[in-house]
Amino acid sequence: MTVERIEKIFLGLTAAMLLVFLGALFYSAFGMGMHLPDRAGEILPSEVRNTPPFDDPGVREVGDNQYEVVLIGAAWSFTPREIRVPAGAEVTFIATTTDVIHGVHVEGTRVNFMLIPGQIAKVTSTFREPGEHLMICHEYCGAGHHLMYGRVIVE
Amino acid sequence: MRNPTVASPEGFQLPDSQRRVIRWMIYLAFGALSIGIINGLGQALNYARVDILQYFPGMRTYYQGLTVHGVVNAIVFTFAFANGFLALTTSRALARPLNTPLLWAVLGTMVTGTLLAGYAMATGQASVLYTFYPPLLAHWSFYVGLALLVVSTWLTAILLFGALRGWRKENEGKRIPLMAFISVATYAMWTLASLGIAVSVVGLLIPWSLGLIDHSDPLLSRTLFWFSGHPIVYFWLLPAYVSWYVMVPRQAGGTLFSDSLTRVVFIMFLLLSIPTGFHHQYTDPGISGGMKALHGVLTFGVFFPSMVTAFSVMYALEIGGRRRGGTGLANWFLKLDWGNPALVAQILAMLTFTLGGITGLINASYNLNQAIHNTAWVPGHFHMTVGSAVTMSFMGIAFWLIPYLNRKELVGRGLALVSQWVYFVGVLVMARGLISGGLDGMPRRTEMLEAPYSKPSWELAGMLTGLGGTLMFVGGMLFFAVLIATILFGRKTETPEDIPFTDTYHPPATTGWEVKLDSFRYWVIATIVLILIAYGPFLAQYLPGNFTSTGYRFF
Ligand SMILES: [Cu+2]
Ligand SMILES: [Cu+2]
Repeated sequence: MTVERIEKIFLGLTAAMLLVFLGALFYSAFGMGMHLPDRAGEILPSEVRNTPPFDDPGVREVGDNQYEVVLIGAAWSFTPREIRVPAGAEVTFIATTTDVIHGVHVEGTRVNFMLIPGQIAKVTSTFREPGEHLMICHEYCGAGHHLMYGRVIVE
Repeated sequence: MRNPTVASPEGFQLPDSQRRVIRWMIYLAFGALSIGIINGLGQALNYARVDILQYFPGMRTYYQGLTVHGVVNAIVFTFAFANGFLALTTSRALARPLNTPLLWAVLGTMVTGTLLAGYAMATGQASVLYTFYPPLLAHWSFYVGLALLVVSTWLTAILLFGALRGWRKENEGKRIPLMAFISVATYAMWTLASLGIAVSVVGLLIPWSLGLIDHSDPLLSRTLFWFSGHPIVYFWLLPAYVSWYVMVPRQAGGTLFSDSLTRVVFIMFLLLSIPTGFHHQYTDPGISGGMKALHGVLTFGVFFPSMVTAFSVMYALEIGGRRRGGTGLANWFLKLDWGNPALVAQILAMLTFTLGGITGLINASYNLNQAIHNTAWVPGHFHMTVGSAVTMSFMGIAFWLIPYLNRKELVGRGLALVSQWVYFVGVLVMARGLISGGLDGMPRRTEMLEAPYSKPSWELAGMLTGLGGTLMFVGGMLFFAVLIATILFGRKTETPEDIPFTDTYHPPATTGWEVKLDSFRYWVIATIVLILIAYGPFLAQYLPGNFTSTGYRFF
């Protein structure tokens, strides 16, 4: 077999592999509903705590087995620090920051998103198993960045 | 039909005055790397819960050290090396001297930029990390320093395009020599790509840090950063690819197979490096899922030329291994010249890069990114790309480049080999630690030593990170020992030496479609069109922006 032929096969397989991967990703996104954060509105960073829903952060039941978590990040803590939701419920995080960029990662889950000043983040997920997860600020936000964390308790 | 000047040192010699400037650029690069590696040891040990940063003079916080580590490694080291190295390859390939004042200007801007940014970082007034996301607000000299470092790459671009223009005038109808083509293509890509950082730093952050404007727009600056921040990965990588394509085959005793395919690969990098930045912003609010998906698909596209590279370079190595008596399916690999540190460093770099590439593809994988975004996985990934594929390639190049620039022989060949193996093992151990920790939620860019939270599985991950980082540090220090010994004690070479580059098995075609590959103008226009498709909809919807953030000095 000539090199050109081997190369063509190699590149064909590469292209096929990439297409299969992309297909799987798009199926997981649009078939299984595993979406990334989208546009969910803007907010004035200095007015976060006076702007609904952020004037009343916390967890609330908004429908049949549906919960909403209103979350604020500020150097260097989350409000609320502890989030309790039932296993199997559909949980929507609505979150923003009052100062610099922060991040939210509920470890062990795919709840992983950025808090960017001026932007509202909205992420929906379901925690299937009961248990406890760290909720870590995973974007550098200043000298106390490593102190910024919370917990998600799935009951 | 081989180009007779290729293997002949008499073909062209860079004037001594210019050799000296390039030498200082390479010294600046490795000087920066030495500071970066020393700080890196502190970062890695922090994961193993060992605090050595407290003994570093003037070091106030972990994050100050992390900022220094990122900026000097990822910006000063890589820029200075690319500026010097690709100026040399272009000049040699075209057999033309460069513009001396411009060459000095490149060095001057780099040194000034490094000093300004270095001042801000050393005094703790810029602990904003290498990504400098507003509204964290650094001292103005940090931003001005970064801007000058970018300007130095633009001056280099002018230098290279100027040399190419001069060559074209005298060589009408001829194909651009391959090594010059791929060097210039690298700078064409980066010049376009750097516009994002330039607009953000010069247009938004410098005036903001000077108090001329009150507010920043964090999402806009972040988007502009990643406009440049993905292609910067290729700006780090492509000088190594230049070496892998046209130098490693020669060092391995092989030949590069296809001229056209090599050009196509670099054109693909020019086209596809830039319109992919949103894959760093998959988890950002304020950007639509559709645009993220588009960037995701294009990112998969830019994986393709890297796979072509894997094939071409492996084939060139195989030719070399077989010429040295290798047989069978894999025996040729063992027959390669494992006693040549320049070659060994780059082969090991390629091996780590396969893992770096695979983990990169995972990062780029749309919603899969949520599993690892901003965890320790990410530094695990990029220490196998920029932290080893690029760094070890540059170290490998240094094993012939430093002797070449000084007209001296390499001192400590054995030590040079050891340095690369130690660094190689080190980076694999460290990446294993960071990646396993990251998969279990261990965050990146976080002072783990002081964090009030932890998980049992992070213990081993942290230990491996610290151990691997220590090995990388040792490998790096051995490398610097070889470098310094060569500069101080190397024996003078009498005969003129050439840089080790190869021509191709198939020479460039002089008729047909391949000739059109050399028309940079069309590729640049196509790139701009792709950029408009990838970023136009977001900017049209988002501008004039959301300038509502005041600055914070949380450090
Ligand atoms: Cu934070
Ligand atoms: Cu990227």
